[in-house]
Amino acid sequence: MEQFLSIFIGGLLIGGIYSLVSMGLSLQYGVAKVLNIAHGEFLMIGAFITFVLQQHGVDPLLTVVIIGPLMFIVGYILYRTIFTTIRLKAANPGVFESNALLAAFGLYFIVQNIGRLIWGTTPVSYSYLPGTVSLGGALFNDSRLVAAAFAVAVGAAFYLYLARTRIGKAIRAAAQDPTTAGLMGVNINNTLALCFGFGAAMAGVAGALISICYPIYTTMGLGYTVIAIVVVTLGGLGSIPGSFIGGFILGVIGTAVTSWDAGLAVASYYVIFIILLLVRPKGLFGK
Amino acid sequence: MDFSKINWTKAAITWGIPLVAVILVGFLPAYGSAYWVTRFSYFLMYIILAVAWTIFSGTTGYISLASAAFFGVGIYAAALLGDAMPLIFVVIIGGAASFVLALIFGAITLRLKGIYFAMFTFGLVLLFKELIYYYEINVEGLRGRFVVLQSNETIYYYLLGIFVVTMIVAYLIRRSKFGLALQSIGQNEEAAAHTGVNVTMVKILTFAVSAIFMGAAGVVMATKWTYVDPGVAFNLMISFTPVLMAIFGGMGNLYGPVIGAVLFTYIQEVLTTGDLAKYYMLIFGAVLIGAIVFMPNGLVGVIQKLVGLVRKWRKGGSVAQNADT
Amino acid sequence: MRILEGEGVTKYFGGLAAVSNVDFHVDQGEIFGLIGPNGAGKTTLFNLISGAFTPKSGVIKFKGEKISGLKPYKICRMGMARTFQEVKIFGNMPVFQNVLLGSLFGTPSGMASANAAKEATELLDFVGLSAVKAIPAGGLTLANQKRVEVARALATKPELLLLDEVMAGLNSTETAETMELVTSIRDRGVTVFMIEHVMRAIMGVCDRIMVLHHGEKIADGTPKEIATSKKVIEVYLGE
Repeated sequence: MEQFLSIFIGGLLIGGIYSLVSMGLSLQYGVAKVLNIAHGEFLMIGAFITFVLQQHGVDPLLTVVIIGPLMFIVGYILYRTIFTTIRLKAANPGVFESNALLAAFGLYFIVQNIGRLIWGTTPVSYSYLPGTVSLGGALFNDSRLVAAAFAVAVGAAFYLYLARTRIGKAIRAAAQDPTTAGLMGVNINNTLALCFGFGAAMAGVAGALISICYPIYTTMGLGYTVIAIVVVTLGGLGSIPGSFIGGFILGVIGTAVTSWDAGLAVASYYVIFIILLLVRPKGLFGK
Repeated sequence: MDFSKINWTKAAITWGIPLVAVILVGFLPAYGSAYWVTRFSYFLMYIILAVAWTIFSGTTGYISLASAAFFGVGIYAAALLGDAMPLIFVVIIGGAASFVLALIFGAITLRLKGIYFAMFTFGLVLLFKELIYYYEINVEGLRGRFVVLQSNETIYYYLLGIFVVTMIVAYLIRRSKFGLALQSIGQNEEAAAHTGVNVTMVKILTFAVSAIFMGAAGVVMATKWTYVDPGVAFNLMISFTPVLMAIFGGMGNLYGPVIGAVLFTYIQEVLTTGDLAKYYMLIFGAVLIGAIVFMPNGLVGVIQKLVGLVRKWRKGGSVAQNADT
Repeated sequence: MRILEGEGVTKYFGGLAAVSNVDFHVDQGEIFGLIGPNGAGKTTLFNLISGAFTPKSGVIKFKGEKISGLKPYKICRMGMARTFQEVKIFGNMPVFQNVLLGSLFGTPSGMASANAAKEATELLDFVGLSAVKAIPAGGLTLANQKRVEVARALATKPELLLLDEVMAGLNSTETAETMELVTSIRDRGVTVFMIEHVMRAIMGVCDRIMVLHHGEKIADGTPKEIATSKKVIEVYLGE
């Protein structure tokens, strides 16, 4: 029983983080139409900034609050400069998507290289909230619970933002039909950039939260990007709630596979991805 | 043949230069040092990858990042079979294995939108790496394998041979109705489907054909590197570099990827040795972004634009005259 | 002979019925029109007929054979061609190659390289585009791009041609020329099924017209019957 709870609850805990990361990618791909392969690199930067600040005495949870806006600005600027130019030059949306994907790969290389230059490749970690909690006999680190709680809170807050505010409406409109939204007075360039920025913010926050619980290393980004892609596909393209739920599902599956054989975790994500593409490409809640 | 109608200057450039180049390059081992033979081997490897990639992705617009997957298949074919049979057979088998795998995975994903395909091909490289790594460690108890060694000359000539075949196939496809179908898919897939093109089959077949050359090249390079493991064989940079080369050179015709490959192999060499080596990924990424943002049609596109501008300037900019060009 | 018929054709997008239980038929040799306010489901119906979509329920038959669910390229080779509302030409390819693609791939008898070039040339002549055949199609005017689409469709040797708002965005001279083109296409032996908003054009050339509204058929008959139908007038003026 303990082992089941350990896997199930443990899966939910990491799933909370996956959800946050995936929602960020869902915004970037579902709305801004950029399959941002560099998403995980922003996560990595968020994690390392948190680490560096922690070493200087800054409480990581404080950094979580700071890193969001910081990454948002970075993401916003990147979109307004690089991706908007590509979008305006592209002959059709398909061309934009593939060019944006390639540009994102470029970002992936740049950001990761910067990370490696500054922090090297060995993993680092710090201790935060070292206590543990027992749930039904299975032990969990306090840090993991706090991180998951924060992740869910940020995700929920953003979902409300989307549903209730004017900007949120603009984003949803742009997600459905950018041209019409533009005609109705939505500043498309700004809105898409906002989405990209929000996505980057979520990645940064997720990175900060991850650094609280696990060791971090400069090559960690790609693994999370892959997970986010699988979750977004599983949840359904264009569905933020779908990514949210999908994150938890994948968290549990991933934890289960890892407990059986750690080496197969990544392969299992790909198998899930392949099966999804074959059977139901639009995922659980996709249009 | 109506000799008076042939534009001799154009023919000289289109056929003459490559012919001279091929002859010079063909006899390289005879007059060049081992260092140059090796260097040119790398040029050839990247040209093959870039041209093969362009055959499918350059025309249909479906970005494939699976080059490393097929290349890696070739490497493992060499690792597993290199001792058991002559190299030529291993090359054929490596190419065939890549063809079959590309058919299978193409059939699964080419029915979907291009972006899913790109992500899938990217994942394929990582999936192959993880699976083979798992198998090797847990079933075979090996981390890596040794591959039978071949001489520098042999490697060079095999690559040259694969290069020639790749160029010929690329040329034939481009000039055929199949090539027209590929272009139409890249321009407007729905319209192509409604004009009678079996787009799914065309895509899958072309993807599989392009994989053959990548696999074949992998076989040969394995004999050069002689020690391979999943990390070496399924290296994402082998997927990305040809893409960058093709974009940089220009995907609109056969020469673009060749030029891009030659230029970039040279740049890569300069960058990976010496002080700049640790900035290599950074520079690579920056050039990739720069190429996409500023030169979406590649160098060839830039040159064509320049030529077009020069022509207009020469003709005095009269629109009526230009319409007849 | 009913060259095209549909029975109970229905298509949903999410919860919305874009096309709802539509019955229709097109007789061979006629010019059949499809009108209706924006969003009525006209292009969706075309997409269902040409194979771009599969109907949720209902059957579509072409020359007596069921085609609903077949892939577009198969339907094209069976003898049906179409043009698109947003002109879908191959912009970077020369006009000639655009049409040639049709002759090479879309004909019922399979690919015939030798004659394909000749036929493409002849078709370009028929639509009046011989002068621009070497120019990339994307560089033409809208009216000419539409002609490229028509020539490409005709190159596949169709027995039925679906025209989706072929007159949209044309001035009155171009519209008149296109009306003539449509008639001469019919005179060549091709049945025409056209969606149109330009009332003058559709009333002028069609033998019969069908009206869709909110995905449902609300009327069909001769132009005169449609023009005087209370229901139709209400739908167009009452919106």
